[in-house]
Amino acid sequence: MSKIKKERTGPIARLFARRKLRRKNRSFGGDLVLTILLGLFGLFSLFPLWYIFVSAFKPFSEIFIFPPKLTVDNPTLNNFFDLKNIIEGFDVPLARYVFNTLIITGLGTGGTVLLGSMAAFPLAKYVFPGSKAMNQIIVYALMFSTSVTAIPNYLIMSRLGMINTYWAVLLPTVGGTLGLFLMRNFMVQIPDALLESAKIDGANEFMIYWRIVMPLCKPAWITLIILSFQQMWGTTGGVFIYSEELKPLSYVLSQLVSGGISRTGVASAVSLIMVLVPVAVFVISQSNVLETMATSGIKE
Amino acid sequence: MAAKTLDSKKTDTPVYRETFGAVLKKHKYKYLMILPFGLIFIVFTVLPVVIAIAFSFTDFDMVNNPNFIGFTNYISLFVEDDIFLIAVKNTLFFAIVTGPVSYIMCFIFAWLVNELPRIPRAIMTLVFYAPSISGNAYLIWKILFSSDSYGWANAWLLKLGFTNDAIQWFATAGYIMPILVIVQLWLSLGVSFLTFIAGLQTVDKSLYEAAAVEGIRNRWQELWFITFPSMKPQLLFGAVMQITSSLSVSQLSIDLVGFPSVDYAGHTILTHLHDYGNIRYQLGYACTIAVILFFIMMLCNILIQKVLRKLGE
Repeated sequence: MSKIKKERTGPIARLFARRKLRRKNRSFGGDLVLTILLGLFGLFSLFPLWYIFVSAFKPFSEIFIFPPKLTVDNPTLNNFFDLKNIIEGFDVPLARYVFNTLIITGLGTGGTVLLGSMAAFPLAKYVFPGSKAMNQIIVYALMFSTSVTAIPNYLIMSRLGMINTYWAVLLPTVGGTLGLFLMRNFMVQIPDALLESAKIDGANEFMIYWRIVMPLCKPAWITLIILSFQQMWGTTGGVFIYSEELKPLSYVLSQLVSGGISRTGVASAVSLIMVLVPVAVFVISQSNVLETMATSGIKE
Repeated sequence: MAAKTLDSKKTDTPVYRETFGAVLKKHKYKYLMILPFGLIFIVFTVLPVVIAIAFSFTDFDMVNNPNFIGFTNYISLFVEDDIFLIAVKNTLFFAIVTGPVSYIMCFIFAWLVNELPRIPRAIMTLVFYAPSISGNAYLIWKILFSSDSYGWANAWLLKLGFTNDAIQWFATAGYIMPILVIVQLWLSLGVSFLTFIAGLQTVDKSLYEAAAVEGIRNRWQELWFITFPSMKPQLLFGAVMQITSSLSVSQLSIDLVGFPSVDYAGHTILTHLHDYGNIRYQLGYACTIAVILFFIMMLCNILIQKVLRKLGE
């Protein structure tokens, strides 16, 4: 009875009614406890980041106030100027580090998304000799971290003459299975009927992948871009890249962070920059992900 | 897996009767599309595992040619190397605490965040997710737990009179592991958290409405009878991620409590590996450590997968 009523009213009333229904299994007490829990952990999560933010704008004198305050009385940009002076004292110009980061992040992210999704499509949508084994291997490969294979990887890299080149950090990342796995799982949900009709039109698997599957998988590859971007952004090169001119920005910045309480200001300024970039990327793409998730509901 | 795919009907005809060339030709594009990733994967993921296992039976040290020494490395790790046993103990303790806790946290917060309206949901997602994408911003904990009175923790303990002297957080064995656990939990709402949010959003909403009619009374029943079964793939995936990351902590420990840490309180299997691989260049021995960690990771993952698959059945 109520259902008929609902359908006769406008969209807003319908939304309201749906919401009421959704709330059916919720109690006030439960809501309260869970909101408090959410708030408490939110504070725990935010607190160190807030500390970085505040410290980055604290003048030197305020860093040594006892007990440390969570606000800043006389915000200053001095820490950022100090940072600029320190960086200008380096042998390698800042632009070079930025360039390295752009190359590594760009190629790494692009490579992961392209090669990963290209390999994911046949594995997700077709059965052919070897496909079952390959799918199984991908899952097993997720189960150990790259730190286990770091030493042999180093030996292979040096055999191939790739140590101290961009390739040394790019190739292992691009060959990571996480991206492929996420893409594959997303692609499995694409209705077969869509691919079938393209096949009748004479398209081969690559054309189907490029023209039909990739546009449908936008949320998945945006997620992949976020993940590989943040991974590449944090790369310091380690032992795989040792030349100062080839090191990425995060390497230099992380050098500046270690240095005790008296360098808190500069270290916080650096950390703030390191945090803001991936967070900004996430904010931009998160809305995109939510949007595409909401509109691109794939139903059989 | 959901292998109901286009070619499934065709491959019901016995494939093994076709010649190798015919198979390749028929699936040419599929193999070609896998090839670029496949090559990189084999060279930089599969091959390293094989090499690590091979070298673990040698005394390779990067200078001399490796000699085959059988199980000597394995035996000395477990019999002579006391520090390795400390590392194993620390790693397992750390993983047993942070693994399940972070996994449950990822799910609970994804679940709670998902119930919020759109804008607060986006904000809270960011708040929880931000630490894990902030690179080495976790170094701020070094300042929060600074050993002088300017560190935040010490300042308040002093001010409130809980202690008269600044606590040497990173130089006291008893505090090292708890601090590492706290920081790891702070960092742990990562990929799994996002996966869970995405998974929750894809659960068919009409299922909840149907359940409300069928007599599901509260959110806990909803969670158990509808949400869990609907997002089992994401739950399994999240488990793999949390297990693997909780077993591979090393940089965090080295950066926060130093290397070697006081009384080896922050020593893990991976920092032990770092010691023999990057500092002493005893690569054979280091590979043995890597192989052991590899098998611990695989074993934990496979076991947990088995358990989780039973959930809700």
